[in-house]
Amino acid sequence: MDIRSQISMVFHLDKCIGCHTCSIACKNIWTDRKGAEYMWWNNVETKPGTGYPSKWEDQDIYKGGWEMKGKNLTLKGAGKFKGLKNMFHNPNLPVIDDYYEPWTYQYEHLFEAEEGDDQPVARPVSLITGEYMTPKSGPNWDDDLSGSQEYARKDVNFRNLSTQEQEAMFQLERMTMHYLPRICNHCLNPACVAACPSGAIYKRGEDGIVLINQKKCRAWRMCVTACPYKKSYYNWNTGKSEKCLLCYPRLESGQIPACMHSCVGRIRYLGVMLYDADKIKAVASCPESELVDRQLEIYLDPFDPEVINAAKENGIADSTIDAAQKSPVYKFVKKWGLALPLHPEFRTLPNLFYVPPLLPTMAFVENGTYETTSESFWGAIEKSRLPIKYLANLFSAGNEKTIEVVLKKLMAVRLHRRNVTVGDLPENEVTDPMKEVSMDKDTADAIFRLTSLPLFSDRFVIPAAHREEAMEMLESTADVKGNHGFGFKEPPKRGL
Amino acid sequence: MFNNFFFIGLPYAALAVMLVGSIFRYLNFGFKVSSLSTQFLETKELFYGSRPFHWGLLYLFFGHLVAFLFPRSVLLWNSMPVRLLILEIVAFGFGISAFFGLFLLIVRRLKYKRLIVVANKMDIVVYVILAVQIISGLWIAFFFRWGSSWFAGTMTPYIQSIFIFTPDIAAVSAMPLAVKIHIISGFTMIGIIPFTRFIHFLVYPFSYIWRPYQYVIWNWDRKTIRKSKKLVNGVRSKNN
Ligand code: HEM
Ligand code: SF4
Ligand code: SF4
Repeated sequence: MDIRSQISMVFHLDKCIGCHTCSIACKNIWTDRKGAEYMWWNNVETKPGTGYPSKWEDQDIYKGGWEMKGKNLTLKGAGKFKGLKNMFHNPNLPVIDDYYEPWTYQYEHLFEAEEGDDQPVARPVSLITGEYMTPKSGPNWDDDLSGSQEYARKDVNFRNLSTQEQEAMFQLERMTMHYLPRICNHCLNPACVAACPSGAIYKRGEDGIVLINQKKCRAWRMCVTACPYKKSYYNWNTGKSEKCLLCYPRLESGQIPACMHSCVGRIRYLGVMLYDADKIKAVASCPESELVDRQLEIYLDPFDPEVINAAKENGIADSTIDAAQKSPVYKFVKKWGLALPLHPEFRTLPNLFYVPPLLPTMAFVENGTYETTSESFWGAIEKSRLPIKYLANLFSAGNEKTIEVVLKKLMAVRLHRRNVTVGDLPENEVTDPMKEVSMDKDTADAIFRLTSLPLFSDRFVIPAAHREEAMEMLESTADVKGNHGFGFKEPPKRGL
Repeated sequence: MFNNFFFIGLPYAALAVMLVGSIFRYLNFGFKVSSLSTQFLETKELFYGSRPFHWGLLYLFFGHLVAFLFPRSVLLWNSMPVRLLILEIVAFGFGISAFFGLFLLIVRRLKYKRLIVVANKMDIVVYVILAVQIISGLWIAFFFRWGSSWFAGTMTPYIQSIFIFTPDIAAVSAMPLAVKIHIISGFTMIGIIPFTRFIHFLVYPFSYIWRPYQYVIWNWDRKTIRKSKKLVNGVRSKNN
């Protein structure tokens, strides 16, 4: 057993209102720079939709992630052989137009225009070439199902849904959608790290954050191909790749990442998970149907004395173990079994878990009215508008059973709370669903509290980073007091 | 004077600048050591340019290296006319490939505004010097036949003499102009490595071949920190 700690996250999709505040918070801090304008380390997609970059989930196009070749776990579009062979030209690299060409508007013109017959307008100009352009797509061009013929219809997750099932989703009264906010998953088996020929990408041992060393990146751009979530981006200006760094400077000083801090829907949770690093390879290579269960097994119970001992033996700080015990992520993922990884079939073992959306599946319209009074209070999950198969393609590598169980649990909590607050439901309509997922009232209340009324300190449990100790091993901190901070002093100018 | 300057002065200057400059840039300006890929802005035409260019150039590079390191083996190989012909034709083929690749790269660069935006002044120098180098090389191969044989007798001793610090330029001084140009631009290319994107082939990631796929970095050794037993008694922390 080789226990390590990992900062992990839960996003509760029922709570996301699609406001993009998270994206803007991230953009303002990290990617508001030349060459990075097109990057959205945090982006929010409307599902169904093709996402950003367009159709990123389709690995027949982008060749991201891992695949099983016989008994071997190999990178699909990169790796030692393919990577070194394709260095001069990487056939699987997305190009800027797969994301979008960034632009701004010529606002000055509104003030400086000569007097004339027409109102002056601010024309869009490309942030790459500076020329006039007509924006044809953007990072959330398909927000709220706009242009659904072009975008929602082409969602990759429809691939194994029958035509009827697809048609049903697009009937006007039945149409449904939800949001999918995405950041780097800081995977346990990161494809980006494995694909980087220079060894510039690494996982931090202490907290599992995956970072790119800007001084070692040589623009071989294999990580962009390899990351199946397309969360490693190439900066066309500096000639270096960049990715979400989970706001590690903030985490180290006890603050939470900007996207999570600013989240309006308060959908985001962050905490520590303890896991067994010896099992990574075995889990990542297991049959597709077992991927989710096996991944959840890799995370250990932080209350188990054996785990605590092994963790201490491995040098994990007491404060980290304490944080792991309070971790909201542990509760959602392990204790309650409510959160699932996004596209586990990519085999990177992502550390960002999603509570699948229940609401869009529930309501349906009958005789032109919003139907809420059918046989039971809420319609049965099997009759949902959003096919379970669709959610299964997103969160459980196609395993519908897994999704169904989660949705039923979410439903049971709702019924229980309805009973507590209103009390208008027949007894068995509440107890039966709870029994079915073997949930007691206390658990249901706890889930309710952490979902709906959590305190800031419940949502985010950050372990102390203990950088002071790390620092003191390297140099005498008193000597550098008052000097410049972290980072390097070169301006981010394109190389010679 | 001319010969001394270009065949003794330039090589030493170029090699010295290359060594010192590259190491300096690598250590101090790691952020600027990059292949500066433009594939993200244009990928289709890069395929037809970059692949033939690089494969051609790599073959030629190793060809020159082998001829320099093992002149006798090359001569032995060339002792049969058929084999000489094969070698020369293959080499010429790679030269053409590099030439066409470079041509397409330059056309591509000029054609797209996006690529002009990310071009540096030194990129122009790179294109020009590569063109001079490749064209003069093809010229020599075509008009001064069987270079793979005469290289061993003339160029190898010259380059060896440079490396053992007893430069002997008698042979090169007598060479035709095309060969002189080829040598001069070759050393110039070496000299400008630290100031151009040429630096990207010095950082070829050999270590990827043997390193494990996953890479974890620990900021500090937690185990030693935790087990204070391991700390030597009486050694005070550097801090106080
Ligand atoms: C050792 C192996 C080499 C590797 C792995 C390599 C790799 C690369 C890569 C990744 C690019 C960027 C292509 C892009 O825009 O995406 C590039 C460009 C370039 N390389 Fe190399 N290279 C190598 C050797 C060389 C050599 C020996 C030369 C010339 C002496 C050379 C000259 C160039 C030039 C001129 C470009 C710019 C092409 C353009 O943008 O028009 N490379 N190389
Ligand atoms: S999501 Fe992509 S970039 Fe992030 S760690 Fe995983 S493979 Fe790497
Ligand atoms: S800020 Fe929160 S609620 Fe708003 S889009 Fe982002 S994740 Fe959703």
